[in-house]
Amino acid sequence: MSINFRHDVENVLKEAKKQNKPVLLDFSAAPM
Amino acid sequence: MWPDERVAKFVNDNFLPARVHVKEDPEAFKKYGEQYNAHWTPTVLELDPNGEEFYRLEGFLPTDDFLAQLMLGRAHMDFKQEKWAEAEKRFREIVDKLPNTDAAPEAMYWAGVSHYKATNDPSALKETAKAFKQRYKDSSWAKKSSIWV
Repeated sequence: MSINFRHDVENVLKEAKKQNKPVLLDFSAAPM
Repeated sequence: MWPDERVAKFVNDNFLPARVHVKEDPEAFKKYGEQYNAHWTPTVLELDPNGEEFYRLEGFLPTDDFLAQLMLGRAHMDFKQEKWAEAEKRFREIVDKLPNTDAAPEAMYWAGVSHYKATNDPSALKETAKAFKQRYKDSSWAKKSSIWV
């Protein structure tokens, strides 16, 4: 299992509101 | 931290995960870094469905501590929403599954508070204070609970 981090933060925030689900927002500098 | 199966399952079960990469997407970092006051990496924020921050982790942690902190944040969200039973269950899960992490004493404290909030029974607090005499007795949470004895 892995985490599918999305980078379209604005859309994630909109979907979170629609789905009433919390968001985990990671600010990272680790190699991609 | 992130590749750990337990972390991945917890995140996928509880959140919509999003990432702002400081170097790969400096514009997004400028925008969301300012919006959420994130000036260091790693910074991990737990946001409620309205995008409001309710928990923050700054700096690296070993996997067990990292997972425990993520769980603690999620439990606090239920607590703030007055979902006392759910919050207590989440707090107790931290103590049961990750008892040697820094988050565990805090989780034990808030599990007791959640139970009290659900029942209005002061013995919940007294029992929590007693439990702190057996476990985590040198923690600041033991001190905070000492008034309940």
